[in-house]
Amino acid sequence: MNQVEKSIRSCIERGDKAFVPYIMAGDGGLDTLRDKVLFLQEKGATAIEIGIPFSDPVADGETIQQAGERALAEGVTLRSVLGKLQSFKEEVKPEMPLLIMSYLNPILAYGVDGFVQSLRDSGISGLIIPDLPLEESGLLQETLAANHIAFIQLVSLTSDQQRMAAITGQSSGFIYAVTVNGITGVRQGFDKALALHLTRLKSISPVPVLAGFGISTPAHVEELSTYTDGVIVGSAIVEAFHTGDTHKISRLIEASKGKETADH
Amino acid sequence: MVQTRSSVKQKGRYGKFGGQYVPETLMTALIELEAAYEEASQDPQFAEQLEYYLQDFVGRETPLYFAERLTEKIGGAKIYLKREDLNHTGAHKINNSIGQALLAIRMGKRKIVAETGAGQHGVATATACALFGLDCIIFMGKEDVRRQELNVFRMELLGAKVVSVEKGSGTLKDAVNDALRYWVTHVEDTHYILGSALGPHPFPRIVRDFQRVIGVETRRQILEKEGRLPDGVVACIGGGSNAIGMFHPFVEDEKVALYGVEAAGNGIETGLHAAAIAGGKEGVLHGAYMYILQDDDGFIQEAHSISAGLDYPAVGPEHCYLHEIGRAIYTSVTDAEALAGLRLLTETEGIIPALESAHAIQYAAELAKQMRADEVIVVCLSGRGDKDVQTVRDALGGGAV
Repeated sequence: MNQVEKSIRSCIERGDKAFVPYIMAGDGGLDTLRDKVLFLQEKGATAIEIGIPFSDPVADGETIQQAGERALAEGVTLRSVLGKLQSFKEEVKPEMPLLIMSYLNPILAYGVDGFVQSLRDSGISGLIIPDLPLEESGLLQETLAANHIAFIQLVSLTSDQQRMAAITGQSSGFIYAVTVNGITGVRQGFDKALALHLTRLKSISPVPVLAGFGISTPAHVEELSTYTDGVIVGSAIVEAFHTGDTHKISRLIEASKGKETADH
Repeated sequence: MVQTRSSVKQKGRYGKFGGQYVPETLMTALIELEAAYEEASQDPQFAEQLEYYLQDFVGRETPLYFAERLTEKIGGAKIYLKREDLNHTGAHKINNSIGQALLAIRMGKRKIVAETGAGQHGVATATACALFGLDCIIFMGKEDVRRQELNVFRMELLGAKVVSVEKGSGTLKDAVNDALRYWVTHVEDTHYILGSALGPHPFPRIVRDFQRVIGVETRRQILEKEGRLPDGVVACIGGGSNAIGMFHPFVEDEKVALYGVEAAGNGIETGLHAAAIAGGKEGVLHGAYMYILQDDDGFIQEAHSISAGLDYPAVGPEHCYLHEIGRAIYTSVTDAEALAGLRLLTETEGIIPALESAHAIQYAAELAKQMRADEVIVVCLSGRGDKDVQTVRDALGGGAV
């Protein structure tokens, strides 16, 4: 079991739910990355997903697109983010793993083997690539496994039973359950069929299931944690850091503490 | 380079190019599309239906016209023009839009999303939607909305909703990004009519197959007129839909040279161009592995071309493959040269070509010059130039010619 799954499991054993915040690396300048990571660590994040800015983020909504544009304007790249993470990796607790979320092309430009080596050097425990579905995941599957880096796969509302089974069978760390048909971003509410979908997914997944996309309030965190092992919160965290509302971040994280799963 | 290390079969590959690099939310739709297309392509009724609309609505077949005065002026090989500009809506794009609209109806999807650059694909798709009573939303970069104002109005007249994309360079790449985002959000009841031989499998194949009619007709027509196959075939390349449609029926005919003409913008050496084969590197954009204009960090660069339809930073996967195996020759023509090509054809033949097609005309003129009078080349005249008259007037200084 890799560190990502271990940390989520021990969080659940404590009676909490996993809370994985997403931040856009380099939004506000790359020098703010250390402060954000250490802040989230102190507030009790289970793991942190660090987004790499990209010129064409087709899976992202306005909030993360704009954060990415701000980071790109600062000259932030995959290489500079991994370099920065390496510079303060001793300050990040081993039980609070860091994940990289990057679109595929910057990784290809970096070179797959060099990239995986750099992930190790920077102490990264998991990888999420939103534009690399199961069909193409062979590109990184073996090399990540050999380096004990979790390769986190996404399951969507449109994934049928067969795909769900195939994807959960391949995923390590956790399953990223996309809660809406669409792109990242704040939403009012969720589809009624979502609870059933998440419950079904959790029943077949050998790894923990975390829900993400559109989760922006403590109430959302509580609601979706009921059916899963925890949540990923992106746009709301990115927006809160951008506006300096760190109190909102604390409240979101607190909403994941002391929660039991509905079917237990 | 992408290596196949997985036991899962990788689909839709042209050598190492192509593939399906999309968010998981779209995978089921792509799998459904592939199955629906397989089924449709085996169904004689579908072929009949498509044939009917291509003939009676689009106006096919289009002529293969011997450009006699152009040939005389150049003084080399005989030049034939495949007149895709005579299609309804003025370009080859309608071949694909009608085909995919029929496919969408077969799949029970009555809502359509599409992107457009020059506006030709947008107009063609809005037309197909009006014809079949489908809802239509078109994403178009703000720069293209400005350059192709009249096409925007045309789409709106046809009942489509046109969304101006303000992000990035405000051109075709950004329009595709937002069309993909829209499709992810509305995938259950919406079909994406991709306009070029790009994107995730099965799009490059579907678009190629619907555009193959260009090359199939050309092959038959040149055999009728010349009693033999041409020595060369020339087409412009943005994403590459007219070119792959023209080339594909000739790929097995090894004696027929295939020439794809990219847009060199201000010149390849200036960095301000749209020539992804000449100046790009391998990578992934919009669902496919292909040659892409990008920087060392893998960020996609903006393309530059006077022609909105070629203003895209990558080239469809099958062209990448034909380049890699050396079956087709890819070259490029600058903005200034394309304008010269446009004037040349207009003055010698009375045909104002689209700026996109003017790239092919200009290269064909240069090529013909190097060839003998008993040799034959065919140029795909992919669209008419009415939409570009304002741009051309501005580029030529605004006043009298």
